[in-house]
Amino acid sequence: MITPTHYMLLSAALFMIGVIGVVVRRNIIIIFMSIELILNAVNINLIAFSNQLHNATGQVFAVFVIAVAAAEAAVGLGIILAFYRNKETINIDEMNLMRS
Amino acid sequence: MIDQFLIPVLKIAIVLNATLVAVSYMVLLERKVIAWAQSRLGPMRVGPYGVLQPIADALKLMIKEDITPVRADRWVFTAAPIISMVPALIIYAVIPFGPKVHFFGREVSFYITDINVGLLYVVSVASVGVYGIILAGYASNSKYPLLSSLRASAQLISYEVAVTLTLVSVVLLTGYVDAGGNPVTGTLSMVGIVNSQYDQKIWFVFYQPVAFVLVLIGGLAETNRAPFDLPEAEQELTGGFHTEYSGMRFALFFLAEYANIIVVSSVVTTLFLGGWLPPFPNTPALHVLYYIPSWVWFFVKSFLFLYLFVWIRATLPRYRYDQLMRLGWKFLIPLAIVNLLATGLVKVLVQ
Amino acid sequence: MAQAIAFYFVAACILGFAVLVISTKDTVHSVLFLVLDFLFVAALYVLMNAEFLAVIQVLVYAGGIVVLYLFVVMLVNLKRPPEAHQDPHRLSRTGPFLAAAVLLELGAIAVMGGEAGAPPAAAAAASPFCAAMTGNTEQVGCLLYTSYLIPFEIASMLLLVAMVGAIVLAKREL
Repeated sequence: MITPTHYMLLSAALFMIGVIGVVVRRNIIIIFMSIELILNAVNINLIAFSNQLHNATGQVFAVFVIAVAAAEAAVGLGIILAFYRNKETINIDEMNLMRS
Repeated sequence: MIDQFLIPVLKIAIVLNATLVAVSYMVLLERKVIAWAQSRLGPMRVGPYGVLQPIADALKLMIKEDITPVRADRWVFTAAPIISMVPALIIYAVIPFGPKVHFFGREVSFYITDINVGLLYVVSVASVGVYGIILAGYASNSKYPLLSSLRASAQLISYEVAVTLTLVSVVLLTGYVDAGGNPVTGTLSMVGIVNSQYDQKIWFVFYQPVAFVLVLIGGLAETNRAPFDLPEAEQELTGGFHTEYSGMRFALFFLAEYANIIVVSSVVTTLFLGGWLPPFPNTPALHVLYYIPSWVWFFVKSFLFLYLFVWIRATLPRYRYDQLMRLGWKFLIPLAIVNLLATGLVKVLVQ
Repeated sequence: MAQAIAFYFVAACILGFAVLVISTKDTVHSVLFLVLDFLFVAALYVLMNAEFLAVIQVLVYAGGIVVLYLFVVMLVNLKRPPEAHQDPHRLSRTGPFLAAAVLLELGAIAVMGGEAGAPPAAAAAASPFCAAMTGNTEQVGCLLYTSYLIPFEIASMLLLVAMVGAIVLAKREL
């Protein structure tokens, strides 16, 4: 019997994998993809509880999360492209123009 | 046990085999029709009037040498034709070829399954099909296929938006107020759309001619088909996205394209021409038309669209890339939005 | 029983592909594993009776957002590996251990905390008009257009702003 606890554990594990990706990797595109993993983990949680409580509000919230993720991906990738055109790198340790 | 397992597997086997045979014979159809349009005869040598030509083509492609470029990414290079072919095939799971019938005492439906988000499933699977093109160009590890594949995928995702917006206005039609004054909710399932045409006694093409034309044009562009076939025609200039492919993998790309064409024809038939319904369905005066089996109606209508696609290819010149993108973004998308607004307005006023 | 097998299989695939996403050296392979991950998450949504969200997930995430990532990865095709230079202040060994510790804590909270019992009265928060609709798509659509209309409009404006912003940022010259 699959309870929402199972889904919460799955969501927590996926969330932590995303956080590890953001913290450890230096390639900024991988960092953005890890952020998408984090958003998916949140979505899984929302929909699991929407399923248990038979209330579609969780799914409406998940739709908004997907919309915001799309907006954030578009703008973030635009920033990456603009930065790459100037400095020819996608390693975030080299993106330190404001550091003295 | 039989109902839940054996019959669906049987249906899937029949549909897949029929699709693959249909796709290879579509190659022959195209060559013949284009030849007749150009006052020549087309393939005539292999078999009577060339009907065995697809078998000869398949044999040739299978025994050709399978070359992989030296520094290409092997896994992605192998996976790209498969990623192109699989979405074209799995859309058949929701296309209804006919209604439920009684067969040897068992009720069998002429579709593999009916999910209640069928139309969205078709659109989303078609949007996953873009990956095959992008990865084919990337994995070939050479400049021209990469550029060509980026152009082709940009074309595909542009026309996807127009087609999806148009399909929404068709879905709006499926909800209506019937003769007794009770509202019938709309539906996204393909079988539901055909049933709604049955209940409203009319094919949707008469209610939405603009949407019909838009979906046809969008379908032409989605399948990289003339006059929008600049990614393919680049073979004549430098190289298309499948330059580095040979043998069976090349064949898979073309089979995927033709399978996509058949899918677009089937979807347009289901949405606009009433799927398995005869013209003017549900009117008692035309009851004689029901003696022709439902799936025969479906195949005849789909075949008309296949013929239309090949006819358009034989007739129209090719669009340049910037003209193509301008058409998609500046003309089709506003037209689709206006169509959607008009449909909503008319529905509210009529009720 | 079949649902449990399906859940464990899909969950294992999701977590497996997620680990592959963050650990593969080649960026294009990483993006492809992300696509597979999203497809399996869509399968999970189908298991949770949320078929509309599953199809939206495939359409928007796998078919739109990740295609965007793939385009950018190909346009940023570098000659030297992108991770050659490392900031000496970075503690990249302790990161995964701390993350594992946090995961254990979260797991403990999930398993041992809060007995749900009967669903609370907030379950009727979705307006009764919308709760009466049969079908997942109808319910979500009804809620989106009645109770949550303002967030819907704001989300569409957000997407418009993002679209304009992305075009302005990525143009070569204005």
